[in-house]
Order: sequence, then structure tokens, then C-alpha cells
Amino acid sequence: MEAKVKYYLEIADNAFILSHRLSECSSNGPFLEEDLAGTNVALDLIGLAEPVYNEAAKLNKKGESGDDLAYRRSENNYFNCLLTEQPNSDFAFIMTRQFFMDVFNYYYFMDLANSSDKFLKAVASKSLKEVTYHLKRSSEWMIRFGGGTDVSKEKAQKAVDSLWKYTGELFTASEADLALRESNVSVDLEAVRDKWDQKISEIFYLAHLKKPENDYQMLGGKSGVHSEYMGFMLAEIQFLTNKYPEAIW
Amino acid sequence: MGTENQGPVWEVFIQTKPGQPYKHAGSVHAYDKELAIENARDVYTRRNEGTSLWVVPSDQIVAVSASETSSFFEPADDKIYRHPTFYNLPDGVKQM
Repeated sequence: MEAKVKYYLEIADNAFILSHRLSECSSNGPFLEEDLAGTNVALDLIGLAEPVYNEAAKLNKKGESGDDLAYRRSENNYFNCLLTEQPNSDFAFIMTRQFFMDVFNYYYFMDLANSSDKFLKAVASKSLKEVTYHLKRSSEWMIRFGGGTDVSKEKAQKAVDSLWKYTGELFTASEADLALRESNVSVDLEAVRDKWDQKISEIFYLAHLKKPENDYQMLGGKSGVHSEYMGFMLAEIQFLTNKYPEAIW
Repeated sequence: MGTENQGPVWEVFIQTKPGQPYKHAGSVHAYDKELAIENARDVYTRRNEGTSLWVVPSDQIVAVSASETSSFFEPADDKIYRHPTFYNLPDGVKQM
């Protein structure tokens, strides 16, 4: 697979898989307003993934459509980070996963908006507005968890502690990513990491949350090695295309 | 899902275009003003309904109670001379 196709898929898969996790909460939000807000974010992410899949399909020149890429690959050909596929548990967990990803997306797309690749540049510039709002929303929630009740703070800290090991992968460049670095198609993830880290510290300070001391990190998603949850998730995502292969929108 | 832990109710007002008056759109629940404005955005402005928003705590709105309706408004019913319908508006006046 050409590096650029792989890199496009990393971007699209992150958005697509996280979007699916959020969509699982649809109609199960803690209350109506939050239910809609979460679903809005899921829709924004689908809107981000779709054109990237379509463009990746075009670049790949195998006669596939964007939908084929989204719905007809096997597990080890999905390249989303492990963070995005972690299953929903409580609201603090869902929001913390979102917060980590929103901070990443915000700084990542900000840099990607200067990519030498015109398509990625356009996608990044468009997504940045949506991501800016996502980040504002999840940051406000983190601050409220920490400053809310003992229970909300404890749940948020627990979510931070259990998700921390998946954050390092966001900044671990894949081979495809590195191959595209010199031509300025991809962005320097170390620079994104510094800004991510600073933002996390800032919000954690306001939220009275602590960064975990144990910095053990799990990798794998970007090379198609996923956690045990991914297969179940794909079974659901791909149910319709498997049962009705001819189905179209 | 109980209603007791959704936070207080806020009334949402949307301005469709700059210069237009804010119109009441509905209400949202939220624990504080930042979340109230975000919830209002997510519930009421998903389809380009507006360019600006106000949220106001519902309990801060002072309203006429139903029992007072007649003493508040009916005295105006028979005073048609208070309507400016007897004037010719200049052509240049658009919003009146």
C-alpha cells in the first residue's frame, strides 16, 4: 500500500471508529442535551472521515469506493489508534477519551492545515472549526468532573488513569507517516505532542486532575494490531454490508 | 432517567441574522452558563438557525401570571386610537 493511502486511512479510521463509539451512545446520553451534543460530534467525525476515505480510494486505484474502505476491510487493515476503539463505560470515561482525542485533533489539524498535500490541507482547515468546538466542550466537562462531586472527580481520574496508556500512540509516527515527513505532507507529531501535553496540563490544573505517573504505553492500532474490542465493534459496523453486499445508500 | 439531576432550566433565544431581534426558541437543561450556551448551540442551531444565542435562567424571567392576564391586557382592547394605523408610513420605512 502506498504511504499516502495508508496515511489517509490513519486519519479517516481515527475519525470513523471514534464516531462509531460515540454513535453507540445515541439515545443513551445522561440527558437529552448531552445526547444530542455527543451525537453531533459523532456526525462531525463521520463528515471528516467520509471525504478522506473517498480520496484514499481514488489514490489507491483498485476500483474500491470510500464505502468499501470504511466497511469492507478486515480488522488488521484498520489503522486507528487504540484510544479511539476503547469501549464506552461511564460518561466520565467517554468524555475523557473524547478530550484526549479532541486535544490531539485540534493541534494536529492546525499543523496539517499547512500540509503540502492540498487535499489534506483543505480537510484540516475545514475540520478545525468543528474540532475547536469539540475541544471546548470536552474541556469544560473535564473541569466540571474535577470540580464537581467526589464521585465525579474520582470517575474522571479513573478514566484518565485507564486511558493514559493509549495516548502515546497518537504521537508515535507510523512508517507511512515518516515517509511523508520530508515532503511536508505529514506533520511533526513531536511538536503536536508538546502542545498536547501543555493543554492537558492546563486543563488538568483547572480540573484538579493528575497525570498518571506510570507512563507505560500501548501501541499497535496504527499498524493494524488492535485491542480485543475491535473485532466486536467491526462485526457491528460491518453487519449491514456483510448481510446485504449490494446495499447502497 | 430522572429529571432531578439535569440541572436547572435555561430559556434559549436565537438571533437569525445580525440586527434582527432575538426570538425565543425553547429551553435546555444545564448546570451552568457555559454548558447552557453549548447545549443551546447543540440543540437549537444545528441547521443554520442563527448567528447568535442568548441563554437566560428560566427562574430569572419575570412573567405575567395567568390570573393577571385580563387586568394587564384587556384594558387596551377598546382603545383602538392608540394604534398608529391612521398614519401614512414613508416609503423608506421597512421594519415597522
